[in-house]
Amino acid sequence: MPPALPDGDTPPDDGALPASAAVGAQDRAFGVYLHVPFCTVRCGYCDFNTYTATELGGGASQASYAETALREIELGGRVLAGLPGRPVSTVFVGGGTPTVLPPGDLARMLDGVRSTWGLAPGAEVTTEANPDSVTPESLAALAAAGFTRVSFGMQSAVPHVLATLERTHDPARIPDVVRWAREAGLKVSLDLIYGTPGESLDDWRASVEAALATGVDHVSAYALVVEAGTKMAVQVRRGLLDLPSEDDQAAKYEVADDLLTAAGLRWYEVSNWARTDADRCHHNLAYWRGDDWWGIGPGAHSHVGGVRWWNVKHPRAYATRLEAGLSPAAGREVVAGESAQLERVMLGVRLAEGLPLEDLSASARSAVAGLVADGLLDGAAAVGARGPRRALLTRRGRLLADAVVRALTD
Amino acid sequence: MIFDSVYDTYRGVVTYVRVVDGSLSPRERIVMMSTRAAHELLEIGVTSPEPVPTQGLGVGEVGYLITGVKDVRQSKVGDTVTNQAKPASDALGGYSDPKPMVFSGLYPIDGSDYPVLRDALDKLKLNDAALVYEPETSVALGFGFRVGYLGLLHLEIVRERLEREFNLDLISTAPNVIYDVTLEDRSVVTVTNPSEFPGGKIMEVREPVVRATILAPADYIGAIMELCQQRRGDLLGMDYLSADRVEMRYQLPLAEIVFDFFDQLKSKTRGYASLDYDVTGDQAADLVKVDILLQGEQVDAFSAIVHKDKAYAYGVMMTGKLKDLIPRQQFEVPIQAAVGARVIARETIRAIRKDVLAKCYGGDISRKRKLLEKQKEGKKRMKTIGRVDVPQEAFIAALTSQQTETKDKK
Repeated sequence: MPPALPDGDTPPDDGALPASAAVGAQDRAFGVYLHVPFCTVRCGYCDFNTYTATELGGGASQASYAETALREIELGGRVLAGLPGRPVSTVFVGGGTPTVLPPGDLARMLDGVRSTWGLAPGAEVTTEANPDSVTPESLAALAAAGFTRVSFGMQSAVPHVLATLERTHDPARIPDVVRWAREAGLKVSLDLIYGTPGESLDDWRASVEAALATGVDHVSAYALVVEAGTKMAVQVRRGLLDLPSEDDQAAKYEVADDLLTAAGLRWYEVSNWARTDADRCHHNLAYWRGDDWWGIGPGAHSHVGGVRWWNVKHPRAYATRLEAGLSPAAGREVVAGESAQLERVMLGVRLAEGLPLEDLSASARSAVAGLVADGLLDGAAAVGARGPRRALLTRRGRLLADAVVRALTD
Repeated sequence: MIFDSVYDTYRGVVTYVRVVDGSLSPRERIVMMSTRAAHELLEIGVTSPEPVPTQGLGVGEVGYLITGVKDVRQSKVGDTVTNQAKPASDALGGYSDPKPMVFSGLYPIDGSDYPVLRDALDKLKLNDAALVYEPETSVALGFGFRVGYLGLLHLEIVRERLEREFNLDLISTAPNVIYDVTLEDRSVVTVTNPSEFPGGKIMEVREPVVRATILAPADYIGAIMELCQQRRGDLLGMDYLSADRVEMRYQLPLAEIVFDFFDQLKSKTRGYASLDYDVTGDQAADLVKVDILLQGEQVDAFSAIVHKDKAYAYGVMMTGKLKDLIPRQQFEVPIQAAVGARVIARETIRAIRKDVLAKCYGGDISRKRKLLEKQKEGKKRMKTIGRVDVPQEAFIAALTSQQTETKDKK
């Protein structure tokens, strides 16, 4: 079972936003997330909102999905009509496996975004992709449709690790798909997962080195989290799989950071490394910077000006609501006061640009010195040696970021 | 002489007496010799078994008297009732106050229940003269009472009654006995709580001893002897009651049986053994106080008075247990067990290396924020000792679960 949605207020049927959402909108970037809730197989560790059946009943199917998503895009256009007009600066298609849909469907959805809100010049348009569901032709079709970037779920280069993750792709394809994507004119990112049961430190090192050998300019490395309700959680509970310790994960993070840094990629967010500023995933950065985005698709989350909402999870319920002309939102919350401050710190501190100290409460600022002394925050950044004074995580701090957030919001 | 009194909702206090000398008749003015309170006898009679009013009670008779008084404390068990006009010159010997032998701390799990616990103890005290208690505070557990009991059964009953009749959730600390500590300057300190154990030069420590009678099938003699020997017992005698049933008489320190002796005895004899004991006096013993230090900081709640030979075992057990109970901190935390200034056992909680959530699923920032809010909430409930955050549960587990712990080890 995919993760439960948060608790929240009931949103209105027309999806209208409170007036507070419009405040300061012109200063925030606007992005669109497009969720594709389909995969050919479900991986054992995955708890995302995705389905392997092509036909889900009630008008929900892979074939009609683009049509349904376009309805939500239209709805979004109507709801945001009252806000200052902003072209979309980033689009991110995630899943699921977006590339199980034909490139034509992805292109139609992107066209819908373009005709509804308009794309900003130089907008970043990313899609996630499974290394075994792309071809040189499909990648070229994506580039032609306006995609600028592709993020491959490589996860690991080691067969037994991929097998534990139940990933079906052949790691030998990775250099090829990266090359094809680049030839199609797309920027490329590789996603890696560390801390899979049975993965040794050498396995992990081999994976990072394999990713770097393709010459990519962007790598995301995420620690495996075994979510309740996944097949892997059941295997762990039955003792079939041994979870790696947090120490092991910390060691692997350090290995990745060393190797990536040595190869010229710099961290810009706790789990993301890029060669240059232009190579960063700007859509991802928008999440951490508190910008606005509209999440299209079942279970997708959106944020506009302190209002966060999330859609119904099942594609069938999603399709039914949109067909009836209703907003697919299942719940929402207006984040204000202490919660808003916690979000600002929790999101902002993860970035390499750091969190300006002036954004912190007085008591939090007094905690900064202690965190510097503990080696969690960078001392030079905290005193403003380069630019404004800010809370910037050291590497140790990146691994203990949640503790830093708690200390900075007490 | 008063030997019992109960409270009747309609008639007030009903006092049960035995006439030792002289006689009592209705409408007479009487005086309670200890409190000097004078009352008029409204009714006097005998119980057969329902109360039957009579014209008086003579020497040797047992009956009840009602004065219309509402306060139970006015008729104290053991007090002498006499005629106001021609009072007796001396009060009867009465009953000697029972001396509590076993002490333990009782703390409400919810700190706001403290007044309820206090009232509950006051009420229990009315018909349980053996119960003694005084307020106590613990760094770890907050406000509570140090309660003295006659023995283990009494302890069980009091705790059970408090929980059942007054609906309280209680933490009961490990029971301990009363010690007389003679210092070098010959002054004697009575210790009912390990934290009161004096430092400095100690000449002698006396602990109460009991004479225990154990009845068991003969097959288990070996197991019982082994157990009693571990508990510093001296075999006084052994008799075969029948071919396969044996009575063993031991002298044991009370401290050694207050905790889990009976459980151990039962499990070693498949439940066949029975235990009966009387406190017979006290003996000098080689006892020391073991302190537990967290990062050099002494934690009063974990101190214990143990026999010198067992100090090491206690230290190892407690430090080991705390190591598992206290969550890892951002820094290394040594846990030491010490007798005076000498450290006898040490464990180290290694510093935590990773405390960060890798990513936000599809922009589900509400979920991550709520997780952090929960963590912060959890941190508030922790006690900070020095710089170490210790969850309340760790205290409870360390103080109360020694029983289960020892069982698990077998």
